[in-house]
Parts: sequence; structure tokens; C-alpha cells
Amino acid sequence: MNKKANNNIEIRWHGRGGQGAKTAALLLADVAFKTGKYVQGFPEYGPERMGAPITAFNRISDGEIRVHSHIYRPDYVVVVDDSLLESVDVTAGLKKDGAIIVNTTMDASEVAEKLGGFEGNIVTIDAKKISMEALGKNYPNSPMLATAVAVSNVMDEDVFLDEMLNSYKHKFASKPEVIEGNMNALKMTLEEINRKVKAVA
Amino acid sequence: MAIRERMSGNEAVSYAIKQINPDVMPAFPITPSTEIPQYVSTYIANGEIDTEFIPVESEHSSMSAAVGASAAGARTLTATSSCGMALMWEELYIAASNRLPIALALVNRTLSGPININCDHTDSMGARDSGWIQIYSENNQEAYDNFVQAYRIAEHPDVRLPIMICQDGFITSHGVENISLLEDDLVKNFVGEYNPEEYLLNAGNPMALGTYSVTNFCMEANKLQEIAMENAKQVILDVAKEFEQISGRKYAFFEEYKLEDADYAMVIINSAAGTAKDAIDVLRESGKKVGLLKIRVFRPFPEDEIAKALAHVKGLAIMDRADSYRGGGGPLGVEVRSALFKNKVMLDSVNFIYGLGGRDFTTGDVADIFETLEDIVERGAKPVDYKYIGLREA
Repeated sequence: MNKKANNNIEIRWHGRGGQGAKTAALLLADVAFKTGKYVQGFPEYGPERMGAPITAFNRISDGEIRVHSHIYRPDYVVVVDDSLLESVDVTAGLKKDGAIIVNTTMDASEVAEKLGGFEGNIVTIDAKKISMEALGKNYPNSPMLATAVAVSNVMDEDVFLDEMLNSYKHKFASKPEVIEGNMNALKMTLEEINRKVKAVA
Repeated sequence: MAIRERMSGNEAVSYAIKQINPDVMPAFPITPSTEIPQYVSTYIANGEIDTEFIPVESEHSSMSAAVGASAAGARTLTATSSCGMALMWEELYIAASNRLPIALALVNRTLSGPININCDHTDSMGARDSGWIQIYSENNQEAYDNFVQAYRIAEHPDVRLPIMICQDGFITSHGVENISLLEDDLVKNFVGEYNPEEYLLNAGNPMALGTYSVTNFCMEANKLQEIAMENAKQVILDVAKEFEQISGRKYAFFEEYKLEDADYAMVIINSAAGTAKDAIDVLRESGKKVGLLKIRVFRPFPEDEIAKALAHVKGLAIMDRADSYRGGGGPLGVEVRSALFKNKVMLDSVNFIYGLGGRDFTTGDVADIFETLEDIVERGAKPVDYKYIGLREA
């Protein structure tokens, strides 16, 4: 899998209600917006309850975005909860040169097996482990967001980190002690993903 | 200088409300419009605006309180969706017939049942004969722009009617997209202060409102209300022209997209228009002369203007995100065909029912629809009166 500049990408997020897949999609829209892009971030709501499978979507483009449908041919799929791998058709329509990103303790070959012998690109990330190390708590959002940015290459990683620092400073104005931990989670994730992508390439 | 931002459709409307700083907002929460009273009450709690927020126990009460506040002389608004609007039904007519320029931020959602929180236009289309002005919005930008224009239309002395600004539930209400906002002062000056000629709390000029009228005057009141709706047409255009001067964005009764030379056209409302535009661009590249007419103003209904804009078209898809359950299609189908007939524009048309209960509407659907029109007009396929699209295969 080669990293290339991406000017027009579509991402589909799969998670469970309450896990933050929608929030992560909105954060990605936010940070891409700040780098000058046109963005869309929107959820699809099924049953309104914790734990139900939910889908969220991102379009990120250099030009105006008008389409208002779901995403059926995603460049990237992000799976926040690996229990969805077998119950939801997460790879549906995924482009051949795209990738599926999975939050899991499994390795890529195990994920491929869970996906019924999926042959496309798989990137795994143990968001819980990173979050516990960096923050002492299991908040998978920051690692999943950093993974999506690193894999999709939708923006320069330094710009991403700068923008996230600004946004954390704003978001955590009343508890600045968590800013460093969140930034560490992002950096640790970027390092791990770059190492993995290089190994695959 | 325009402000480059990104926000959801709900936040966009709330932002317009903040810039306008109306006097009174009674509201009761209902998905997917709940965020609007949430945002507004946060602005109030932060001291950013001094709107009087009235938490009520139902939508019947929110519209009743809005009627009371507006009658008292206050610039008033509320927000709702779906069953919330259904519970306001009686008061919608009270607001219109008492000529109260209340603004309603309507986030379109289907009515039960089956119980469903997602988008279609069943709620506002059901209220199409309630006497409210109805303006629709393709995206967050239009929801914001339309709301900024709302009071100027509703409060105009020639109009004095309530107005609802509609956008699609979840699709635009919860979708975060880029938006260009106007500066506070610009909006404040554009909207201006509300100085009603007559109102209940005007001690020097006592009046009665909502009085009983038997057959001696009821019909005259109805006729005056009808004249006000006719007058709204010119006011909507005048306000749009002024709005263009401060925003650079053009608004009219409807938007024409690649319609001028189109052989086949689609009439559509709200967010699905954006999807259709993308599909039209692709179809144009393959040589298909297709275009679109997106209705912005549904009440008053600009029938002659619509008929004129469609007069050269060979085949027309009239897209309804609501069914009238009359055994023959949806409300837009009836009204557009009536407009064509009245103006002696005879063309083949199909009334498509799409997107009910949030069923996704795709660029592929748009291509299929134009294909169906071509089949009828050019390849002799049997004409279709109305048709559901996007249904699950049996």
C-alpha cells in the first residue's frame, strides 16, 4: 500500500452506539476543514440505543460537496469495534486500492480470516492499548482518528498534529492536564501506523 | 467579510437565531430538531442573547405559547419535527389565520408509523394547506440563509403570515458541512427591529384577536389571508434581492440547474437536489440533456413560473418525499401537474415517491429515473403515472 496525496476521499465508519464513531467522523471533518478542505461528516442512525451498530460517513474534497447520500464505494473503512467484522458487511463496496482500518488486538491475517478471506489492504490498530498507555483510560477516538488520517493521507501529519493541539486546547480548556496525553496518543498512533504501512509497502 | 465555518444544519439555523436575537422561543424537544432549542438555550445561558425561552410540556403548548407571544407583539419562533408538528396542528391554523409572523425551524422527519426518526417530507407536506409560508433548504447554507430572510418576509405589512423554514432531518440537520456565515451586524441590520402596527400589549390601542366570527365575516377573513399569501410572492423576491446584496448568494422561488436546454428534467425539494446535481453532471458528460428544478418556495406555490421554466421539457420526473395516499402519488406531483395543465404545458411526467423514512437516495437512482423518462418518451414504453423507487426487492 503506497501513501499518496488524497484530494477527494470517502470514508465509512462502523461502530456501536456510544463508542464514538460518529464523534470521530465529526472530528475528522473538523480537522480536515481546518486545513482548507470541503468536508462532510454525518451519521446514519439506526435504533437509538447504546451498543446498536451505527454507521458514520466522511467526504473530504478540494471542491464543493453536493451529494447527500450514504457512501457505497468508500476509499477507506474504519471499524471501531471488531465484533462487527462478522455481523456487518463492513467491506461492502470498498475500493481495491483502499484499506480497512480495524481497532483490534488481532493481526491483519486474523482480521482477513474474520472477513471471509478478504484480500484487500488491512491496517490494524490496538486503540485501547495506546489509549491506556497515553491516557490511562480507554478512549479509542484519538487513536482511531490518527489512524484514519495516517492511512488516508488526507492531510500532512504535522498539520494534523498542530490542528489537533489547537482543538484540544479549546476542548479541554478547563482540564489542560489531559491535552498532553491525547497528543501522545495521536503521536504514538502515527508512529505505529507509519511503521506498519512501511512494512507493507 | 464572510466567515468560513463548518457546522450542522441544526447549528446553522441556531446560529441565525443567535444573530437575530428574537424575543421569545417556546419549545419542546423532538428528534431531529432537538439541537435547535439546545443551542439557543445555551446561547441564552451564556448571555449571548436575551431571548425569553419558554420550556413547555408539549408541542401543542409550544405553538400555543408562540401564538400568545406573537400576538402580544414579540418576535417569536419555535422548532419542531414530525409528530411534534402534528401535535401543533390546531395552532398552525390559529397562527396563520390570526396573521402572526411566527418563524418555525422545521426539521423534516416522517410521521408514524412505522415509528421512524428519519427524513421525509410527510410532516410539512401535511401542513401545506395550513396557511404558513413554506421555504425549503438543500443544505446547511440554505437553511441559514433562508432563516435570515424569514422574518423579513413574514413580518412584511403586505404579508403578516407565519413562515416555516424546512430542512432534511439528519441528512442536513446532523451533517457537518462547510458554510459561509454573515457577520452579526450585517444580519442584525438586514433583519431589523420588529415594530408591529398592532399588538395586544399596546396599551394605547386596545384590540381583540382570535375572536369568534360566524358567517358574517369569516369568509372575508379567509380571503384576506389568501391575498396575504399571494402578496408573499413579491416580498419573497424582494427580500431575496436584498439578501443577495449582503451575501452574494442568489435566491428565487426555485433554482434551475442545467434546465435551460434540458430535454428531461426533475423537480425536487431539499437535500436530494444536491445528489441529483452530481448525477446530472455525469449524465451531461455522456451527452444526456438533463436538468433540474429545485423548489425553494412551496407556499406560496409559484405555479406559473414553474410551468414556464418547464415548458420546453419532453419528460419530467416529479419527486415526492411524501405520499398523499390518494391512490395516485404525492402532493408535489399533483401541484406541478396542475401548474402545467393550467399553463397548457403538455408533457410526459412521472411522479416518483422516494426516500420515505430516510431511505437513501443515490446518484444511481437519479440515472435510473432519467432512463425511465427516456424509455417513455423515446422508446415507446408504457407511461407511468406514479412509482415508488428504491424499494427492497421481494
